[in-house]
Amino acid sequence: MSDSIMSGAEHGPQSFWTRYVWSQDHKVIAIQYSITAIFVGLIALALSLLMRMQLGFPGSLGFMDAAAYYQAMTMHGMIMVIYLLTALFLGGFGNYLIPLMIGARDMVFPYLNMLSYWTYLLAVIVLLSSFFVPGGPTGAGWTLYPPQAILPGTPGTDWGIVLMLLSLVIFIVATTMGGLNYVTTILQARTKGMTLMRMPLTVWGIFIATIMALLAFPALFVSGVMMLCDKLLHTSFFMPSIVSMGESLGYQGGSPVLFQHLFWFFGHPEVYIVALPAFGIVSDLLSVHARKNIFGFRMMVWALVSIGVLSFVVWAHHMYVSGMNPYFGFFFAITTLVIAAPTAIKVYNWVLTLWRGDIHLRVPMLFAIGFISTFVIGGLTGLFLGNVIVDIPLSDTYFVVAHFHMVMGVSPIMVIFAAIYHWYPKVTGRMLHDGLGKIHFWVTFLGTYAIYFPMHYLGILGMPRRYFAYPNYEFIPASAQDLNAFITVAALVVGAFQLLFIFNLIYSYWRGQPAPANPWGATSLEWQTPQTPPAHGNWGEQLPQVYRWAYDYSLPGVEQDFVPQTTEQPMADQAREGDK
Amino acid sequence: MKTQVHSLEDGLSLTGKSSHWLGPQQDPLPSARTALFFFLGVLTVVFGLLSIAYRMRMSLGDWQPLSDPWQLWLNTAMLFFSSGVFELTRQRLRQVGTSAAHAPPANSHQVRSLLLLAGVLAIAFLIGQLWVWQLLMTQEYYLSANPANSFFYLITGLHGLHLLGGLVVWLYSYRKVCRTGSIEVSRINIELCCNYWHFLLLVWLLMLALLLRT
Repeated sequence: MSDSIMSGAEHGPQSFWTRYVWSQDHKVIAIQYSITAIFVGLIALALSLLMRMQLGFPGSLGFMDAAAYYQAMTMHGMIMVIYLLTALFLGGFGNYLIPLMIGARDMVFPYLNMLSYWTYLLAVIVLLSSFFVPGGPTGAGWTLYPPQAILPGTPGTDWGIVLMLLSLVIFIVATTMGGLNYVTTILQARTKGMTLMRMPLTVWGIFIATIMALLAFPALFVSGVMMLCDKLLHTSFFMPSIVSMGESLGYQGGSPVLFQHLFWFFGHPEVYIVALPAFGIVSDLLSVHARKNIFGFRMMVWALVSIGVLSFVVWAHHMYVSGMNPYFGFFFAITTLVIAAPTAIKVYNWVLTLWRGDIHLRVPMLFAIGFISTFVIGGLTGLFLGNVIVDIPLSDTYFVVAHFHMVMGVSPIMVIFAAIYHWYPKVTGRMLHDGLGKIHFWVTFLGTYAIYFPMHYLGILGMPRRYFAYPNYEFIPASAQDLNAFITVAALVVGAFQLLFIFNLIYSYWRGQPAPANPWGATSLEWQTPQTPPAHGNWGEQLPQVYRWAYDYSLPGVEQDFVPQTTEQPMADQAREGDK
Repeated sequence: MKTQVHSLEDGLSLTGKSSHWLGPQQDPLPSARTALFFFLGVLTVVFGLLSIAYRMRMSLGDWQPLSDPWQLWLNTAMLFFSSGVFELTRQRLRQVGTSAAHAPPANSHQVRSLLLLAGVLAIAFLIGQLWVWQLLMTQEYYLSANPANSFFYLITGLHGLHLLGGLVVWLYSYRKVCRTGSIEVSRINIELCCNYWHFLLLVWLLMLALLLRT
């Protein structure tokens, strides 16, 4: 039997088009998802730098007027949350890692998987096309609150808002197709011996996040469709009766708060749709690079599950100042504080995993530890904002901007970087440049603190967010402008150094050191493939069999400091049996 | 010589790969069922949220209920029978499957006719819904005139669209059965469609109750 048949590679698609473009291979689709997401992410990054130029050095950009500022702000937020973070974690990492980590050949519905990517790309194209239509993209803020989102006066109310809503609906279709695939694959295609409790936490995080995405995105779908009706067909689901420029707009009696409820019923789980895959990935990375089993594995799994459930009953903590029933605030403050408990368990367990570990400060590990720091800081300010009484004065100030950028901007991005540095050798067969990676880490890590830490002070001063300029506000001291200029300089530096990362990705693809099959000495299945990068079908002739969990590091009496999941008996008597 | 690791020799497979090569996912039916189960979960959230939005919007004062045409009951009967005939199709298909490897042509023919009838009844339901829309339009219950109207069109429209999606799968399966002359080729699709139809019937009954009560 020839080697190529052994590998299964011979039976993969042969032509360039079927292999790289209309591919049904989960690994290619993952890379397509990732490159598209990173591409739009860079656009969103550029938009944020344009905003920072206006805030740090008002008037320095000739084209930046109030309308352009709001458009940049809206597109930055929406792209980062939906089209970068959600797509990259689920479509990118989910696609690449699920089949490899559970020992499957591919997703169970490869054709649907391909369709999911192309639908996502369509959503991205529709979104980006709004830059080129009359009136430009919508400037309604990423929350798209009615009535202002579709009223004259807000930028992009003719075309921009319609394209935005349309793009979101298309994105939801794509996510649903992908999500059904990920969940079904995890439940139905695990290899022999891979029980649910032997799955690595990365797969657990993606699994729970995917179920949440399936249940939360319908809320955005419903609100998007209803808002499209309000905009295009003049229904009054959300639109109250409004007189604009002396004439009635024909709407009557609709409820903007209803939209906020629907939006945040999606919006808050969305935070965890991004966070849970990050939690899972970072757990695995800490364990691998500290050469220690993850502390409290079962607790970690149940914490993921309970965060997933609880995240559906906290949404109105985004609406303390919306005018909803005040008793709601009491309920939602309590649920918000309750969700801090499983989250804190995770943080403790990460730290305890590091405790007395054999820590290797390689680039993925630097980013993973950096994540713990940024996540704790961002999470602690969440405790302030979760309390109604503290939230009301801080609402709509830069304190909020600082909080959510630390907790769901910087933190997941740190994990994305960690994950790319960690799995790049498996994906490409080459190592990323270590020195460039370390520079990238330190500038990004320290730089994001330089950007977001001062914002907490600006917020406490009362500086409102979403303002284009701050002339003549007596309660804002002049020194706030100096701080804003400092933040802008830091943002420009951090932004520029991301190009170094992109350069590293491209340069190492051709010139990087060839990677061994398992450069980090990891136990999970994706490092045990017969080829690196894995061939079509992943496993050669025989599927792997799993005998143990993914965290057997530094077992006493075993010579090698890790025991792969495919190993039946480690080379020693004292070694523990696999099933934890 | 085990060289055909990627052949279609094992027949029906969602991935087009043989069971030997695929490992645990030998039988595509459990995977398809799992995916449908989660998809129905997604739809439950969609229609659940619409109902909640309906109740919230209803309480805001400007709500004027529309008249409920008797045709709604006719349509409900159509969908009910469509769902029932689908169930019958499935039961007969299972009998055909267990009685003999090669089903007697008479039985197979009967299953095919039932499958056709189930789809036609569903199409009749959709035409009936359009008829209701047209009636309401003639009575000047326009889409944007009142939130009660808007919700009525939105809910019936979304429900109809989902049934239309089911009918695409039905048409595909039915044509495949006609082309190959074997009912077996669409076994999985019929199983799934049957569950989907029951679900859409249930959703319709709940939505109908919501629409009629107000």
